[in-house]
Amino acid sequence: MDLDLGSDVSGGSETEAMPWIAWFCSLGGHQYFTEVAEEFIEDEFNLTGLNSIVPFYKEALEMILDLEPEEETTKVPDVSIVEASAEQLYGLIHQRFIVTRQGLQQMADKYTAGHFGTCPRNFCQSTNVVPCGRYDLPGVETVKVYCPNCQDIYSPMSSRYHNIDGAYFGTTFAHMLFHIYPELVPKIPNKLYTPTIYGFKISEYSRCGPRMRWLRLKVDPGTLEASGRLIYDQQDSDDEQEDDDDDEEDEEEQT
Amino acid sequence: MVSSKRKAFDSEDMDERLGHQIPFNMEDCTSGSDSDYTKYWIDWFLGTKGNEYFCEVDEDYILDRFNLTGLNTEVQYYSQALDLITDNLDENLDEEMRDIVEKSARHLYGLIHARFIITTHGLTKMLEKFKKCDFGRCPRVLCHNHPLLPVALSDVPFSKSVKLFCCRCEDVYNPKSTRHASIDGAYFGCSFPHMLFQVYPQLVPPKSTDRYVPRIFGFKLHDVAKLHRYQDMIREESHARIMAGIEGLPSASIAAASSSTQQGLAKQKASEGNNATESGAMADVN
Repeated sequence: MDLDLGSDVSGGSETEAMPWIAWFCSLGGHQYFTEVAEEFIEDEFNLTGLNSIVPFYKEALEMILDLEPEEETTKVPDVSIVEASAEQLYGLIHQRFIVTRQGLQQMADKYTAGHFGTCPRNFCQSTNVVPCGRYDLPGVETVKVYCPNCQDIYSPMSSRYHNIDGAYFGTTFAHMLFHIYPELVPKIPNKLYTPTIYGFKISEYSRCGPRMRWLRLKVDPGTLEASGRLIYDQQDSDDEQEDDDDDEEDEEEQT
Repeated sequence: MVSSKRKAFDSEDMDERLGHQIPFNMEDCTSGSDSDYTKYWIDWFLGTKGNEYFCEVDEDYILDRFNLTGLNTEVQYYSQALDLITDNLDENLDEEMRDIVEKSARHLYGLIHARFIITTHGLTKMLEKFKKCDFGRCPRVLCHNHPLLPVALSDVPFSKSVKLFCCRCEDVYNPKSTRHASIDGAYFGCSFPHMLFQVYPQLVPPKSTDRYVPRIFGFKLHDVAKLHRYQDMIREESHARIMAGIEGLPSASIAAASSSTQQGLAKQKASEGNNATESGAMADVN
């Protein structure tokens, strides 16, 4: 999987028989993309506003849909510019498509097949991640991956994804996916890393003691009030109390 | 074809990664046992692909038998392995035996390494590697490529592979490369990164309260927002507890501790301000 970087430059004859969309999604480093349905692209309503973002919009759209240009216009200086535009246009259409019913279904299949990689965090036990952008406008940031277990975002493991625009996946998709398919959310017991020296926990009064445990705390949202407080009348509150006691009894390591 | 026109957004990051990978590929070290042409076994070992996490253990440290207490029961062919590490192995050993000793030597070196890196000299050596980012960078986006340190989750050999600790988010991650993911965690030990920060507390980065906020069409999610409020509450509680606890300590340690916690407090206040405005502007969905 990591070795077919060379397919970027796979040349002419065989690719011409392939539709542009299928060819684009089969390129090395494009495993995150799903094939956008042609009907979706052909509906002008779905492309509203994209003509003002993408240069050579019309030519790019023709390239994506494998249409012959209507008349020879001489204003395009170089075919490679149209190719770049086509990629950007496809990416932005992709962002819109993957939050539709069909797009979500296709991406859910890719998610379960593990096409997006796994979470680098040790206690997430290699749970599958989904691509996610932090911005919806192109050219701001590259794609990140979202882990549904720790609800955090990471840089993709493989550097081949480090030049794919995050806007091609958008800010919404990852969360929409788990909203529509809640069964995809992994059920992994919440574990926190406890730093130790010679087996002794480090006191939180130490200057370099633990300060970030809150970040990975996880509780069932059903046991929380809207204010974020635990609903007291359950065992959880006892557990919480015990946790606090433990922390206070930490062995102190001082230098 | 198309990708050639792509703009690399974080080219700095790419360079870093490339720079990190070039030594792997250029050095065509064989992982076999033919150390005949290398002068020192340790140099050969450190130059082998996948051993970038290890530092050079001082020869004086290895030669002091006190430092190796108990390892003879841990490692097979202990004395031959030790001879190999210190380049005193009998040359007349047959090939098969040499392979076995070689394997033992690598294991022994790892175990000595775990002990060495928490000594004063070992810590300075690992600090240099940390500053050069030899252990990689945190994959978490909000840690902004903070350098990592190797850590074990168990001190027992052959139980868990090495993990990487980020002192910014205080979490452990799996190494990127499979070569590194197969190194035994016991060669670094559970204590190492924390010992380093006890000795060099100025290296601890200021803790940030930044977190990733999932949004659907710009709206926060109700369950996630609730969890975030809970996390904030726990953070404030523990902060108050730490502040109260520090007041009970002798004055020398207050000065040291309060400078860092005050920074934290200021940060927290700033982020509270942000949170308040955000939640005012955005309604929760769901």
